[in-house]
Amino acid sequence: MSWTGKQRNILDYTLSSLMRRKGRNAALVIAYTFVVFLLASVVFLAQSIKEEAKEVLREAPEIVVQRLMAGRHDMIPETYIGKIRGIPGVQSVKARLWGYYYEPLNGANYTVIADENYPYEKGTVVIGNGVARHMPPLVGKTMPMRTYGGTYLFMRIQETLSSESELVSSDLILMSVDDFRQLFRVPEGVGTDLVLSVRNPREVATVAGKIVEILPDTRPITRSEVLRTYDAVFDWRGGLIIANLIGALLAFVLFAWDKATGLSAEERREIGVLKGLGWETSDVILMKFWEGVVVSLSSFFLGVILAYGHVFFASATLFESALKGWSVLYPAFRLKPVITPYLVSVLFFLTVVPYTFATIVPSWRAATTDPDAVMRA
Amino acid sequence: MARIELKDIRKVFNAGKPNEFCALEGITATIEPGRTTVLKGPSGSGKTTLLSILGCMARPTSGRIFLGEREITSLPERFLTEIRRKAFGFIFQQFHLVKGLSALENVMIPAYPLGEGREALKTRAMGLLGRFEVDRKASSNVEWLSGGEAQRVAIARALINDPAALIADEPTAHLDSRLSREFMEIVKRLGSNGTTVIIASHDPLVYESDSVAEVIPMRDGKVLREEAR
Amino acid sequence: MRLPRESTAFFLFVALCLGALLLLFAHASWRERGDRNSYAEKREIVKVLGLADLCLFTEARYTRHPAVADRFTPFQDHPLSLEHFPSASILLPPPHLSAP
Repeated sequence: MSWTGKQRNILDYTLSSLMRRKGRNAALVIAYTFVVFLLASVVFLAQSIKEEAKEVLREAPEIVVQRLMAGRHDMIPETYIGKIRGIPGVQSVKARLWGYYYEPLNGANYTVIADENYPYEKGTVVIGNGVARHMPPLVGKTMPMRTYGGTYLFMRIQETLSSESELVSSDLILMSVDDFRQLFRVPEGVGTDLVLSVRNPREVATVAGKIVEILPDTRPITRSEVLRTYDAVFDWRGGLIIANLIGALLAFVLFAWDKATGLSAEERREIGVLKGLGWETSDVILMKFWEGVVVSLSSFFLGVILAYGHVFFASATLFESALKGWSVLYPAFRLKPVITPYLVSVLFFLTVVPYTFATIVPSWRAATTDPDAVMRA
Repeated sequence: MARIELKDIRKVFNAGKPNEFCALEGITATIEPGRTTVLKGPSGSGKTTLLSILGCMARPTSGRIFLGEREITSLPERFLTEIRRKAFGFIFQQFHLVKGLSALENVMIPAYPLGEGREALKTRAMGLLGRFEVDRKASSNVEWLSGGEAQRVAIARALINDPAALIADEPTAHLDSRLSREFMEIVKRLGSNGTTVIIASHDPLVYESDSVAEVIPMRDGKVLREEAR
Repeated sequence: MRLPRESTAFFLFVALCLGALLLLFAHASWRERGDRNSYAEKREIVKVLGLADLCLFTEARYTRHPAVADRFTPFQDHPLSLEHFPSASILLPPPHLSAP
């Protein structure tokens, strides 16, 4: 006669009770697993992107300076470089040229970057793997690009960037500075933005403040702001999608509550019989507890394991259409697998605890049935 | 098992409401241990109510109950349940075997909360089923049992926790004469083992059986007069 | 044939799941070690080209480069224009844009 013996006995009874309505309970587990699966998938995906950003973007420029014109981005004059160089703490400043190119043949948007150290000759490009994938069929390996002057530049594809680096390079087209200026008709003396490096990393905020002071029509963006962007944007705890999924989860829990409150006559009778046979109220509640645990724990495990497989082995295919949106070019998501005890326990508490609670609490009334009601049945 | 004494028991249902109903009135009786007692009377006489009070399943509205020297009338729920579990095994009128489970499992159910090891419990349950000659049907689901077999399983279940007394409510209501007589044979065997048996019945096959030591006739919630046999 | 006790079967199932979960942890850490080279490559590209964003949503400028997007691009067509890019409804604006 032991406590664990009692738990196991009651668990036995609960399991055989669940097996008696196999179909219904299987459907319940499947449905709850699906909800957990969706929730866990979003959590894994968001967390993975967050970590990827943190891992990779720590080499982002320390400060990027943009110029604004009536609130919109404008080209930044290279004369600003001299002014910024004068700010104490600035190690180096240089202009960057980059922009977007829309390819009408396939509707894709590419990011074009003029590389001042472009290793190949003029008239060639280095493209990202995503660009290569979406290339309209061409003769040879030439990519015609329509300049803003109305003419065409026929760029020979010199190199394709690796598929491993797609998460940063998928849509890139790299070319020489001269080609860039010709393509977009960008005059000399201006750039898209300026990038700075600062001698002392702790001075970054001060330098940024100074820049705004001396150049009021600019907007500096620091590396920490870049990193924080990805931290916030993909913080699943505040996301829109999570809000929806938690709603789904809650709906499920409410359903469980409703089911437990409206115990069928048969279930009520069974509880009455148990009471009549000497089970105490606490024994019945314990049975309900195990019932909740069995369903929610199974769903939790299956949902989380399937979600991991979905996101990290199948590249989150189910979310593809939602994530792709209107984009034509969608990077091959080879995501960094993340799974931490924190994530797992959050998911556990979100799925197992409320469901078990929702199974026990409404059963209270039935559990406190007077045993002698059974005599009269 | 000690003797049970009832002193002036009164039970009222729905007190204060328009459907107030007095099921028992002025019940004074003694149930001697080790013997078979029958509460005899037609339906509505309060037998079932008295049975549930005797078996610590319900409390009287007024009056006193003694289990041996100990008064149990106003014992807290916890203790009452404990006594009920240890002292009494119940056979309900409808048997109330759990459908979808085997006979063996049904017999084991009352013992689950007591934490006994599964294997030991199984052995005991099989022993009981064997005692009442339904061990062959141990793994059959109870829906497939005949009336007589179901009854024996119900008896086995009532005895799984080794109670001192067995309480049965109209046990022969759904049985033919042969099975009814068989039931009373089992009662005789239990009686000779020293088990107290309390039966509520209006079946002559029960109250006229020679295994019965005492009959308490009831009508309209009152005891008519004690008939010693 | 004796079937296992129900609770035993359930405990076995739980143990299996825990094992699978542990395998996932192992897989993640194994992949992390294996991916070190590709991370070095990505960091190099970011450094050389001075990138500030991951290539995730190529629909619009501010979805492709959310970290360096200006405040008003989502409203570029009209001050009251509603969001019409699906990925932008997933992306919240970067905190430094909403900060004072």
